Amino acid sequence: MPLLDRNGSREDRWTRSEGAAIGNIPAVLVPWEVLVEALDAQEPDQVIGVLIPNNVFFAELAPFLPRLALVAIAFPAYSDGRGFSLARQIRRAGFAGEIRASGPLIADQFAYALSCGFDTIELPEASAARQPVQQWLNAKESFSATYQRGYGESDRNVLDQRRAARATALIAAE
Amino acid sequence: MYRYDEFDERFVRERVAQFTDQVARRLDGSLTEDEFKPLRLKNGVYLQLHAYMLRIAIPYGTLNSRQLRQLALIGEKYDRGYGHFTTRQNLQFNWPKLRDVPAILGLLADVEMHCIQTSGNCIRNVTADHFAGVAQDEIEDPRPTAELIRQWSSAHPEFSYLPRKFKIAVTGAEADRAVIKAHDIGIRLRRHPDTHETCYEISVGGGLGRTPMIGKVVRDYLPKKDLLAYLEAIMRVYNLEGRRDNKYKARVKILVHEIGAEEFTRRVEAEFAQLDGPSINADSEEVARIAAYFAPPRYEALPAVSNTLEAAKAANPAFARWVEVNTVPHKAPGYTALTISLKPVGQAPGDATSEQMRLVADLAERYSFDELRVTHAQNLVLPHVRQRDLFAIWQKLGEAGLATANVGLVTDIISCPGLDYCALATARSIPIAQAIQHRFADEARQREIGPLGIKISGCINACGHHHVGHIGILGLEKRGIESYQITLGGDATENAAIGEILGPGLAAEEVPDAIERIVSVYLAARSEGESFIDTIRRIGLGPFKAAFQETARAAA
Repeated sequence: MPLLDRNGSREDRWTRSEGAAIGNIPAVLVPWEVLVEALDAQEPDQVIGVLIPNNVFFAELAPFLPRLALVAIAFPAYSDGRGFSLARQIRRAGFAGEIRASGPLIADQFAYALSCGFDTIELPEASAARQPVQQWLNAKESFSATYQRGYGESDRNVLDQRRAARATALIAAE
Repeated sequence: MYRYDEFDERFVRERVAQFTDQVARRLDGSLTEDEFKPLRLKNGVYLQLHAYMLRIAIPYGTLNSRQLRQLALIGEKYDRGYGHFTTRQNLQFNWPKLRDVPAILGLLADVEMHCIQTSGNCIRNVTADHFAGVAQDEIEDPRPTAELIRQWSSAHPEFSYLPRKFKIAVTGAEADRAVIKAHDIGIRLRRHPDTHETCYEISVGGGLGRTPMIGKVVRDYLPKKDLLAYLEAIMRVYNLEGRRDNKYKARVKILVHEIGAEEFTRRVEAEFAQLDGPSINADSEEVARIAAYFAPPRYEALPAVSNTLEAAKAANPAFARWVEVNTVPHKAPGYTALTISLKPVGQAPGDATSEQMRLVADLAERYSFDELRVTHAQNLVLPHVRQRDLFAIWQKLGEAGLATANVGLVTDIISCPGLDYCALATARSIPIAQAIQHRFADEARQREIGPLGIKISGCINACGHHHVGHIGILGLEKRGIESYQITLGGDATENAAIGEILGPGLAAEEVPDAIERIVSVYLAARSEGESFIDTIRRIGLGPFKAAFQETARAAA
């Protein structure tokens, strides 16, 4: 399936496995149901990722995070925003691996997804065919700054920029 | 009032550009109709019964004259010369063309206005007490808080695809004029009994619709600095755990109800404990920056009572009655807050023509420090009027048909647009409101009856707030015929209560008779000076039900 990151199209190095038989696939993405089994079978040079439904509680996932290199969160529909909160919680816990949104998102959600901690978007063929990569890159730049602190980069945050402007004004006054 | 800085200005402009691009992507097929719909809704564009409808946010109900004149212009240029003020302090235009919407959004941006998040499953326009900054019972002005929330909730990356719509209201006074207990989150500024600092009381899970609920307090005293982090915690619990299997069970009130207020609070507090407040909350300079915009205007030093006003009242009884009914005491001596009723008998409640908007804008500019308010009861307010100017204002309003003396009385009816406009409606609302107004048109009789709030909704979604009306009227459709269910004893104030159904539904033409009978029971039973709702609380619903049965029998 087509994959995007903040720079555009990207090669997917991950191979999906339906069951727990992960053989010697170097980077394997397994379903949530078989994660425990897959981790038991993990080879030393093998990296494992998991695809979770968006109703998994963060507390259920947390114990596995240190052993995962990828968490893919399913978006059953673009209108189901649970994945945004889940990604936030995973990032907050210090997870440094890749977080992926997997499902029929729309380009207008790209900036939101990145701000909440996602690195990549994995789209169904049909969504990707209708929405060329350039639309995603354009939509990502719709707003030069946003109001919520703690999401994305602080130099694109209105409150942080106002604060910086106040500090500059103070220095100038001295 | 708040003025946009460069960031706010750019944000709103970028939003217009974004929507213009979204429309283009819908037209070229990049977006399906399903995908486009929530984007359209989050910019206030509804598809209604006869046409598109555009809902414009009036954040916490505050406007200046320039903004109201712009609304008048849009009404003339792109609609049919009028607009409709709603129960959520918004303004709706019922007849714009879809292709004109980007141009209208541009005109709004010119005057620091927008349609952002006036619909859709996101945090909606934040509402507040319409007497904010003015009311004598106020502890602190709720508007700086509401503005902070407006900004924080705009295009929120995490909370723009919620299970369902989400409404927040703020009050800073003892009397609740913002119906906070019927909101997903209700915020009340109050003083901590020990520290005497102002804090927030946070309620969650109020709402009307098909399952009316009164909000539950989840935090008694939240320090002001923690507001945004606490809201983030509430929203995250709701976004993750609110039901998405059934849109009628998707509001936060259902989650709170199903797991219990105690458990909901526990989950919110657990999430809140995980958050790093300082990296989320607005710093104190930012809070102070916003608050400074809401500093009181430079009032003249005036005597508490104006002799000019008293003389005019003595000379003109009709004027005296209007002053009595439509004004409330003001913090500043010699001033008053004046409500302009948009409920003249026989007109659609909350409608104002472009001409009327211009007149009110002129009056605000000349007599009210260029400020006005929109109330959830669908009226307008000039918040800072010198008492001695009231007579001149009254005369000018009278010429425009805007001097109706009925604020809070039986003809000051709250009503949704109903089946005359709305695609969701199951029955008409406006004609019912008009019929009741005609029945009680006599002003002396209205004053004799005293404060009585009738609220009408044309469907179960309850935009007309019927559940919290002293008398609520809900229009339904039964086998192709409109049927009106009457509820009694609802209350939208700090004593919030959901009304109880009196009996079987009535035909449209029977409604005024039923109201008449209810009012008669009250007039016969009330003790000296007792209001309608207080009488109901004292004597219960029994006598009213008995009288209501007679109406139903007479009709059968």
